[in-house]
Amino acid sequence: MGKPNRVLMALRGLILGLGCAAVILPFVAVVSTSLATQQEVTANGGFVFWVREPTLASYQAILSGGVVTRALAVSILITAVGSLLSLVCTAALAYALSRPGSLGSRPILLAVLFTMLFSPGMIPMYLVVKQLGLLDNLLALVLPVLINAFNVIVMREFFLDIPAELTESARIDGANDLTILARIVLPLSKAVIAVIGLFYAVGYWNAFFSALLYISSPEKWPLQLVLRTYVVNETPMGVDDVGSGSDSLPPQLSIQMAILVISIVPILLVYPFLQKHFTKGLMIGAVKG
Amino acid sequence: MSRLAERPLPASRERPPAPRAPVRRSVKPLARWRRDRLLLLLAAPGVVVVLLFHYVPLLGNVIAFKGYQPFLTIAESPWVGWDNFRVIFSGDPVFVNALTNTLIITLIQVLFVFPLPLALALLLNEVISERLKRTVQSILYMPHFLSWVIVVAIFQQVLGNAGMINAFLRAQDLETFSIIGVPELFKVLITSQVIWKDTGWGTIIFLAAISRVDTSQYEAAAMDGAGAVRRMWHVTLPAIRSVFILLLILRLGDALTVGFEQIILQQGAVGATASEVLDTYVYNHGIVGGNWGQAAAVGLTKGVISVLLVLGANKLAHMFGERGVYQK
Repeated sequence: MGKPNRVLMALRGLILGLGCAAVILPFVAVVSTSLATQQEVTANGGFVFWVREPTLASYQAILSGGVVTRALAVSILITAVGSLLSLVCTAALAYALSRPGSLGSRPILLAVLFTMLFSPGMIPMYLVVKQLGLLDNLLALVLPVLINAFNVIVMREFFLDIPAELTESARIDGANDLTILARIVLPLSKAVIAVIGLFYAVGYWNAFFSALLYISSPEKWPLQLVLRTYVVNETPMGVDDVGSGSDSLPPQLSIQMAILVISIVPILLVYPFLQKHFTKGLMIGAVKG
Repeated sequence: MSRLAERPLPASRERPPAPRAPVRRSVKPLARWRRDRLLLLLAAPGVVVVLLFHYVPLLGNVIAFKGYQPFLTIAESPWVGWDNFRVIFSGDPVFVNALTNTLIITLIQVLFVFPLPLALALLLNEVISERLKRTVQSILYMPHFLSWVIVVAIFQQVLGNAGMINAFLRAQDLETFSIIGVPELFKVLITSQVIWKDTGWGTIIFLAAISRVDTSQYEAAAMDGAGAVRRMWHVTLPAIRSVFILLLILRLGDALTVGFEQIILQQGAVGATASEVLDTYVYNHGIVGGNWGQAAAVGLTKGVISVLLVLGANKLAHMFGERGVYQK
């Protein structure tokens, strides 16, 4: 296919290289600074790009009780419970909608699809959550976003592609829909379930605005709100905000970066898996009206 | 509040005619009920959530026509007709400022952000080594999965006055610069954050479309003497046109929605004049300020216009012979 133009190739490499550096270098600096001691932070006038004497003091301080530890527990709870509930409800709904001609499936499908076109608005949403008595309740971070229409559609498409011979022969053997879903459909859909579960999990982990809107007590804050307060707004952490033990705190900047690292690490842990599947898993789903 | 555009959608899909579950023949209602009640039971939790958190709030938009006060219920609040909408049409400077900022940011992002994933996808497509390509993709997709709080925090740490780059410049006795916390540069800042976070992710859908192009077309074009640029122009670009149009339609539907979380996080540093957009207006005016009815009126108008924009853009796409988001 023609001769590669050297200047073009070099330019291409340069652009892609710069792009990758723009993503990687901040991470290196953030991790590095989170491991730095007060002397190193002072010597560098702030950021430590490459730490020489790494210490885990910042992590010890924020993980041995206090604001961050509590927020981490809240975030883990919301993410675990939320993703599980979301997956169960999404899979059940998607299965019910994947049996063509069943009672009510057409109007329900249209009702689900319509939610993608129109979002009801912040104020009415807030008032509904308030009326349900969910303000300052962690359930407010889960229930309103329990079902994502797009995920339902993707999963339904996946279920529709399962050969009918498999499900129908089980039906002839006397299996009901619940058995078919649990024994045949779900085991055949592990990949799509994993991907959609991870998408829900990332969504719950990253949720910031719903927490800002609905959660007022600081002891119920998830990690993203703590990040906003102590890292984005740079409210200094006091001795009381971290676990008991020491009178002197590690440098504020290191503490901030350690909070940042703690909130990024779970995403990085699931990322390879997500990346392996999202193109495969999600490209098969298309919106069908 | 997650939107359709959040994840890439393929514009079209060809599937071999797979054997699907047979359509259940319609029988008498009672027999149908007996047969399908388990399915309805399975659907029930999801349906309840959708009704409760999509359709009930949709109806709750009536408060846009009411003089709502927190100590009254919606039903008890008096009707005020179109009073709450007056803020939109009376040229209220705070609202006009929010609308102007929203439109400017949308314009900037459609012009400078929207085409970038396509350009990056074309670049990536030319990388011959499959392994190198995959590594670069893995790195560039990553920021998409970080929350806005994290992205904003990272930007502050890198570009802030006490940030990484300024610390480096200071150490070299060079002039420092400030972009964080400068109202005039706020739109540049949030645009660069969007670019950093989502350009890589945006390439997925274009790469998928490009990968569907029959390679023999490239060979034929090369035989006919087309160089790399002409092959891109005549083979690659036509193949991804419908995806491009689909995404443009979705983006237009979001014309009035610009980075809410992103902006609310950074509003304190630059003030409302530079940063207020429609969504933050609804939040600040309604939930913080207590003008529930007016804020709901603005939110409702915004929602209706957004739907009209999607429908209109879709119609336009049909007129030009494209598939659009949905078909009639």
